[in-house]
Amino acid sequence: MFRDAWLVTKKDLLIELRSRILINQIAPYTLLILVLFGFALDADTETLRDTGPGLFWVSTLLVAILAIQRSVDVETSDSAIDRLMLSGISPTSIYLGKTIGLYLQLIILEALLFIVMVVLFDMSVVNYPLVVVSAVVTTLAIASSGTLYGVIASGLGVRETLLPVLFLPVLAPAVIGATRAFGDAFGRVNADGWAWLGLLSVIAIVYTLVGMLTYGNIIEDT
Amino acid sequence: MQRTEKQEFTTSRGTRFMGISLLIGIPTLLIFSFLLSPADDNMDDAVRLIYVHVPMAIFAYVAIITTGIGSVFYLWKKSRWWDTVAHASAEIGLMLCGLVLVTGSIWGRPTWNTWWEWGDVRLVTTLVLFLMILGYLALRQVPANPDLRAKRASVVGIIAAVNIPIVNRSVEWWENNTLHQKSSLTDGKLENLTLFTLFLGFIVVGISFLWLMTHRFRVGWLAAEIETEGIAGVIEERLNEANSGAANPNYQQKDDV
Repeated sequence: MFRDAWLVTKKDLLIELRSRILINQIAPYTLLILVLFGFALDADTETLRDTGPGLFWVSTLLVAILAIQRSVDVETSDSAIDRLMLSGISPTSIYLGKTIGLYLQLIILEALLFIVMVVLFDMSVVNYPLVVVSAVVTTLAIASSGTLYGVIASGLGVRETLLPVLFLPVLAPAVIGATRAFGDAFGRVNADGWAWLGLLSVIAIVYTLVGMLTYGNIIEDT
Repeated sequence: MQRTEKQEFTTSRGTRFMGISLLIGIPTLLIFSFLLSPADDNMDDAVRLIYVHVPMAIFAYVAIITTGIGSVFYLWKKSRWWDTVAHASAEIGLMLCGLVLVTGSIWGRPTWNTWWEWGDVRLVTTLVLFLMILGYLALRQVPANPDLRAKRASVVGIIAAVNIPIVNRSVEWWENNTLHQKSSLTDGKLENLTLFTLFLGFIVVGISFLWLMTHRFRVGWLAAEIETEGIAGVIEERLNEANSGAANPNYQQKDDV
């Protein structure tokens, strides 16, 4: 199962490497969001530092929507998904492979976002392990639910509007937890960031399991 | 298809009985809530809101769990009956969830001195649940093949139901991050008339839930019949029209006009 999943992941990453949509289009969009937040918050560095953790995760979610749509487009254009199904790879492996592919892309975008945010907002990290662990867990929650919801919203003619309506509420608790954890890691809020990782882990595990169990039912009709 | 008069109504002896029970139950609950039960030492008159807030919260969970169960059975059995149950229950769940948020907010103002507390996990997750059901119902409204739509809505319904334990247990899991009080029922602090009124609230909200659920299920079932059999009926009608047109020489003339 994991070997097949890794094949799907490699395929998705190879397509991204060749098309360079992640680097040429999605990454600049990520930076643009942060710059616009700077304008919207009146260039007040102290406010930007306080709200930075939240802005980081909101930006990540907005970017994730684009990455999810891209991940689904790869399969739905030219009915590529039919060929993938005919190859004998199980839907669970396809789901895991696409989740890992999306996960790695989001991690790259988050790393870029993180560096830019630290520079532009003049932020300093007080707890690096918490930043890394909370980003790893939260991104798993985003990628696992995003892969599932991306397919749910596809092929209905209303994907652009339906995907955010379905996807963003699902990730709302993850954003709250991740923002608190990041806030603690940046020393901006008085919260136990590690405690919020419990919530994030539960969400990540639950959505991954539901995705593994139900992806096959949806992908047949895509 | 000729529909009988009986099929066009969603009432039955059972729903009439529930309706009459509610006509008696709701005024009785109001009398007990506002006139007979005492004010609380700490919460004062705000305590009267829990007689509907707590039962509605519990039945909102019941509704969403029912949606989850209906969704699982739909994916398993591919039965329209389960899909209609899931859909009907989600609509009632959304209404109850919305009312829980409103009554909770009104209760929170005098008790916590705020309409909304972002640090409270249960409040926030209830809102998230509300938004998730909103998304579920948005998906159900998308014009698409009914089976395809039902299949996808089922997955969203399952995730909404799976979210329930996160909502319900959040107070105990992350006690330091919440203003929300622990369950009023299990800590044994409620006594006599307050407890009785709360249970009366459970009965009234429970019957309301069943009454709404039955009617909404029947409306959903009829709507699905129109959607599927209606199309088949129209095709049959057109085929008959075409056949009679072939036999009738005037048919072509009429079409030309």
